[in-house]
Amino acid sequence: MSVFSSATSIFAAAASDESFQPSDWLFENVWIVPAIMLASFVYILLFGKTFPGKDRVHFVGLTAISAALAISLLTAFTWITQYEGEQGDHSAQTSAFVDPSIVTAVDADEEGDKAKDSSRGCLAESNVVGDLRASDDEYALGSLLLNDIGSAELAVDAGEDGKGAGHIKAKPVVRCLEWFSTGSFGGESATGDTLKFHIGTIADGQSIMMLVVVTFISFLVHLYSTEYVKGDRRYVHYYAFLSLFTASMLFMVLSSSTLQLIVGWELVGVCSFGLIGHWWEEKPNSDAALKAFLTNRVGDIGLLVGMIVLFFGAGQTFDIQTINYLAVHGGLSQTTMTVAALCLMTAVMSKSGQFILHTWLPDAMAGPTPVSALIHAATMVVAGVYMIGRLYPVFWFGMSIEGSPINALAFVGALTVVGGGALAFVQNDVKKVLAYSTVSQLGYMVLALGVGAYTAGMFHLFTHAFFKACLFLGAGALSHACHHSFDMKAEMGGLRKRMPVTFATFMIGTLALVGVFPFAGFWSKDEILVGTGGFPSTNANGNYTLLLIMGLIGAAMTAGYMTRVIWLVFFGEYRGHVDPHDPPPVMKYPLIILAGLSVVTGFLNFPADWFGGLGSRFGLKFEQWVEPPRGDTFPVITHGDSNFLLAVIASAVGVASAALVWTYYQKLYAKDPSATEVTEGLRSKNKLAAGGYALLENKYYLDDLYQGGIADPMKGPIARAAYWLNQNVIDEVVNTAGRTSAMLGRFVYRYIDQGAIDGSVNLSGTSASESGGLLRKVQTGRVRNYASLMFGAAALLAAVFILAI
Amino acid sequence: MTEFLNDWGITVLVFLPLVGALLMMFIPAKDEESHKLIALLTTVATALVGIALFSEFDFDRTADLQFDVNTSWISVVNANYHVAIDGMSLPLIALTLLVVPLVIIYSWNHIPDPGNAKMFLMLILVLHTGMLGSFVAQDIVLFFVFFEVVLLPMYFMIGVWGGPDRLYASIKFFLYTLFGSALMLVAFLALYWNTGSQTFDMQELASLVAERDIPLGTQVLIFGGMFLGFGIKVPMFPFHTWLPDAHTQAPTQGSVILAAVLLKLGTYGFVRIAIPILPEAAVEWAPWIGLLAVIGIIYGALGCLAQTDMKRLIAFSSVAHMGYVMLGIATLTPFGINAAIFGMVAHGLITGMLFFIAGSVKDRYHTLEIKRLGGLLVQAPKMGWILGFCTMASLGLPGLAGFWGEFPAILAAYNPADGVSTSLFRVYMVIAAIGTVFAAGYLLWLLQRTAFGTPSDEFADDPEITDMNMTEWIAWTPFLVLIVLFGFVPGIIFDITDGAVVESLKTLAR
Repeated sequence: MSVFSSATSIFAAAASDESFQPSDWLFENVWIVPAIMLASFVYILLFGKTFPGKDRVHFVGLTAISAALAISLLTAFTWITQYEGEQGDHSAQTSAFVDPSIVTAVDADEEGDKAKDSSRGCLAESNVVGDLRASDDEYALGSLLLNDIGSAELAVDAGEDGKGAGHIKAKPVVRCLEWFSTGSFGGESATGDTLKFHIGTIADGQSIMMLVVVTFISFLVHLYSTEYVKGDRRYVHYYAFLSLFTASMLFMVLSSSTLQLIVGWELVGVCSFGLIGHWWEEKPNSDAALKAFLTNRVGDIGLLVGMIVLFFGAGQTFDIQTINYLAVHGGLSQTTMTVAALCLMTAVMSKSGQFILHTWLPDAMAGPTPVSALIHAATMVVAGVYMIGRLYPVFWFGMSIEGSPINALAFVGALTVVGGGALAFVQNDVKKVLAYSTVSQLGYMVLALGVGAYTAGMFHLFTHAFFKACLFLGAGALSHACHHSFDMKAEMGGLRKRMPVTFATFMIGTLALVGVFPFAGFWSKDEILVGTGGFPSTNANGNYTLLLIMGLIGAAMTAGYMTRVIWLVFFGEYRGHVDPHDPPPVMKYPLIILAGLSVVTGFLNFPADWFGGLGSRFGLKFEQWVEPPRGDTFPVITHGDSNFLLAVIASAVGVASAALVWTYYQKLYAKDPSATEVTEGLRSKNKLAAGGYALLENKYYLDDLYQGGIADPMKGPIARAAYWLNQNVIDEVVNTAGRTSAMLGRFVYRYIDQGAIDGSVNLSGTSASESGGLLRKVQTGRVRNYASLMFGAAALLAAVFILAI
Repeated sequence: MTEFLNDWGITVLVFLPLVGALLMMFIPAKDEESHKLIALLTTVATALVGIALFSEFDFDRTADLQFDVNTSWISVVNANYHVAIDGMSLPLIALTLLVVPLVIIYSWNHIPDPGNAKMFLMLILVLHTGMLGSFVAQDIVLFFVFFEVVLLPMYFMIGVWGGPDRLYASIKFFLYTLFGSALMLVAFLALYWNTGSQTFDMQELASLVAERDIPLGTQVLIFGGMFLGFGIKVPMFPFHTWLPDAHTQAPTQGSVILAAVLLKLGTYGFVRIAIPILPEAAVEWAPWIGLLAVIGIIYGALGCLAQTDMKRLIAFSSVAHMGYVMLGIATLTPFGINAAIFGMVAHGLITGMLFFIAGSVKDRYHTLEIKRLGGLLVQAPKMGWILGFCTMASLGLPGLAGFWGEFPAILAAYNPADGVSTSLFRVYMVIAAIGTVFAAGYLLWLLQRTAFGTPSDEFADDPEITDMNMTEWIAWTPFLVLIVLFGFVPGIIFDITDGAVVESLKTLAR
C-alpha cells in the first residue's frame, strides 16, 4: 500500500476545518430516492399502456416524484438541523484546544491501520475519511457506518480567511456495498490481489442540495406536463422517460465511486436522447437527438480516460473520497491530476455545454419544453459542473487554481459566458435564446469552479435551476398560448396584458437571470465575480482579472438579450393570429412557485458583512451547509471578500446594457409598431457589423465545421474508402488466393495427376471424389480443387513451419 | 447423482444433442412438428443437464477443473478424452445452452427457404455438440476435433439456407477457417514434439513448456500458428473478410449462432490455450494483437458506416466489438481477460439479438436495405423499441451488459502486464476510447434510419408488417432480461471467471 503510506497527514493537520460527523438513518439510505423513481419507471414501462385510462399514467409518476421530493426535503432538513445543532453545541464549548502532537499521533495510528488493510475502495476510503470502527461482521454485511470519528480529526486552525471560523463543517456520510470484484492487474500493485468495486451513496451538502434541486424541479415538471403534454402521441413514454431520467440523475448525484458516476452520466445522456427525439417521426428531431448523444460521446472519451487515469493514480480505486483524500494529501502526482483534470474537462465541455462542444444544447430544444426545463437547463446539463465539484481537489491541484491568473477550466468557462451570450442576441426562437443563455450561465458556473470559488459555482447552479426552469416553463406557457410556436417575431408581441401571470413570472425570472438586486441571480453572480479575485481587495484564490472582465461583459450581454426577449414577447404589438391567454392552473402554479423561489433563494447565501447583524447571523448559510470541511477530502480554498463597489459596477453594466437595448426598441416602435428588428441598415453600412452578424447567425460556423469537417467525411468518403479497401484489397487477397489455388489445382490435375501419375493414386482419387460428391450438392466442381489446394498451401506453410522450428 | 455428474455429466451434456440428431434421422422429413419438438426437447434436456452441472459446480473454487474426466483416447499420440469445466468456460457453456434452445424456438415459424426443418434442426444439434465440446475440452486434440466439427454444419446452413450469394459465402467461410485450422494444427503438433511427445493435455503442456526451456523464437512461431487459427475465427482484422459475407448470407438462426457462440471459439482459444501454454510468446505477440485489435475497432466502425444493408452492418460491428475483446486479452492481465470473457458473453447476447431483429425485419419487409426501411417504430413499435434497446446495449451503454466488456478492456489497456509496452497500450487505450464514439455513431445512425421517421410509401400499408409474435417474444425475452441483469450486476460473471483467469495467468507471472 505504498500509495497510502506516501499520503502523509502533515498537510491535513496544517489547515483543516473543524468537522463533525452527521448521522441519520436518512443519510445512509438516500438511495431510496432514486429507487422510488426507478420503481416508477419500471411500473410505467410494464403497465403504462394498460393503466386504467392511459392518459392518466401521470398519477404514477407524480406519486413517485412527490414521495421522492418529500424524502429529499426531509433529508435536507435533517442535514441543516444537525448542522445548526452542532454549531449550537460548538459555541457552548468554544475553542476546545487540541494539542497538535495528539493529532499527529492519532494520524500515525491511522496510517498503521491503513497499512494493515489491503482492501480498497470503500473500506480504504472510510479509513481515509476517519477511523474505521466497524466490526468484521459489519464489514461482511457491507454496511460501513462512519459514526463517531470526529475527535481525531478535530482540527487546529479553522479557515484562515476568518469567515469560516467558528463553524464546524459536516463530513460526508458514505455508505457502500460491494458491487463486484475481479482479479487485479499484474505489476507492483498486486499479485493475486482482488480488486473490489463498490456501489454506494455519498450524502453531503453538495449531493443533498442536488437531491432537492432535481426532485423539486422534476416534481414541478411532472405537474406542468400533465397539461402541456396532454393528448400527446406518446404520453406513456414521456412519463416513463421522465421517471427514468430522474432516477438516473439521482443515481449519478449520489455516486460514491467514479465508476458509478460514469454509469449515471451515460444513463442521463440516453434519457436526454430519448426525450429530445420524443417526436422522432420528424427528422430534425431525431437529428438533434443524435447530435446530442454523439457530441456527448466525444466528451465521454475524456470522461473514460480521465477516470482511468485517476483509477490508477489513486492505487486502483474508483472511490471518490479516496481520490479526493489522496489529491489533498499529495498522494496523486501533479501529472496525474493535470492529465485527469484536462480529460475530465472535455467531458464537462460536452455535458455542460461549454465552448466548443456546446453546439448540441440549443438543438436539444427540439424536445418537449418541460423536458428542456428539467434536463437541458436545470439538472442534466449541470452534471458536468457537479462532477467538477465532486472531484474538486483533482481540479484544484490539477489546474493549479490557487494563486494563478489563468487556467484552462476557468478560461473555457469565461469563453462560454461571452460566446454563448453573444449567440443569444440573434435568435428568433425564445427557447433558443434561453438555451444559449443556459450555455452562458453554465459558463459562469465553470468559471467559478475554475477560479476556486467552489461555493459560488454551486450556489449559481442552485439559483439558476429555479430561475431558468421558471423561464423555460414560461416559454412553454407562451407556446401553449401561441399556436405551439416559439417564434418571438412572428407569433408574439404585446402579450403583457393578455398573459399577465406569465408576464409577471417571466419578468421575475429575467430579473433573476440578469442579476438585478435583490433577485437570486444577483447574489450568485456577484459571488462568482468576487471569486475571480480580479477586483482589488477581494482576496480570493487567484488573480483572474481577465476573467472578471469577461464575466462583466457576460453580465452586460445577459441583460441585453433578455431585454430583447422581453420587448419582443411582451411589448409592442401582438403579431400572432390566435387569442393567447394565461395557462390553466397546473401550468400556472409551477410558474408562480418558481418565480417566488427566484426571488428568495439568493438570500440563502448573502454576504456576512451585509445588512449588519442579520448578515453575520443568517448570511452565508448555503456555504456552511454545502461546502465540505477543508483539508480532509477538500482543498483549503479561500473565500473572497464581498465588495460593494463590484456589486454596483456589475449592476450598472447590466442596467446600461438593458437601457441601450430598450431605447433601441422604443425608437423602432415609434417608427413602425410592427417592426421587430432593423439591423439591415447597420449591416449594409458597416462591413464589420455585417461580418459579425453573419458569424453569430452561423453560430461561429462550428456546426458546419463538425458536420462538414468531421461527421460527413466520416460517414461518406472515409467510410467508403475503408470499405473499398476492405472489398478491393484485403478481400481481394483472399479471393485471389482462392482463384490461384483453383487454377493451380486444375493445372496439377490435368498435367501431373492425369498425365504423369494417373493410376498410381487411384485410391486417393476415389476418396477425394467421395468427399467432393458430398460437397457438390452445394457447389459443383470448384470445391474440390479449391479445398485440395488450400490444404496444399497449408501443408506447404506447415512444412516451412516445421523446418523453421 | 453427484457421482454420476462427476463421471458422466459433461459427456452427457456434450453428446445429448447428437443423440437427438440421430433420433431425428429415423423420422420422416415431412413430419416437421415432431422434428421441431425433438430438437427443442433435446436442447432443453441438454440445458437441464447443464443446470444440474452448474448446481453441483463449486463456485468457491472456480479456478479448479471440475467434473474432470480424463481417459485414454488415441493412445498412439497420447491424446486423451479429457473434459472439465472451470470458471472460464462456464459462462460460455451457459451462453451456448441458452442460445441454442432459443434459436430452435425462433425456428418454430421461421424455417428459412428452402425449408426442410429436419436437416436444418439436425445441423443445429450437431453444431451444439461441437460448440459445447470445444468449451469443455482440456486436451488440444480433442479441442481441435470439436473445433472442426462446428465447421461443417455451419457450412451447410449457409450454403443451403442462405441468401442469394450463399455459395460464395459458405465456401469462403469454410476454407478460410479451415486454412487457419490447418496452421493451428501444425502449431499444436509442433508444441507436441517440442515438449517431448508426451501429451496433448493443456495443463500438462503449460508446465512442460515452462520446464523444457523451449527457445523463445520457437514459442513465438508456435503462438503464431495458433494466432492465425484463432484470429481468423474471432475474426481479427485483417482476417475478417469472411465474416460479413457469411453473416449476410446466413439464415437468421445461423447468424445468431455464429455471432453468439462461434466467434467466441477463437477468443476462447486465446485465453484457454495460447496464452496459458505459451505465456512468454504471448508477451511478444501482445503489442501486435493489441494493434490489430484497435485497428479492428476503428476499421470495423468505418466499415459499418459504409454499409447499406442492415445485416451486413451488424456483421461489421462484430469486427469492432471483438476488437475490444481482443484488446482486453492482449493486456494479459486478469482484469483485461475477465473483461474479455464478459465481452464475449455480452456480445453474444447483444449481437445475437440484433441478428434476430434483422431476421424478423427481413421476414416482414423482405429487404434489409437501410434506404428502403424506416419507421419501424410506427409499424412495429415493440420491435422498434427492442431494436433501440439493443443498439444502446451494443454501443456500450453503462447499465447494460455491453459496457462491462468495453470499458474494463479500455481500462485494462492503461496498465498491461509486465513486459508489455505500457506507453503503446495507452495509445491503444485512447484509440479504443475514440472507438466508442464511432460505435455510437453507426448504431444510432442505423436506428435513426430504420426505426425513426415514417414508413416509406412502399411499405406504409403492407399488411404483412406486424408487431412481435409469440415465438419472437419467447425467444428474445431471456436475451433482453440478461442484458439488463448483467449490466447491473456484472459480478455474476466476474465472480465466476475471475478465479480461473487468475489461475490461467499464473504461468505468465513465473
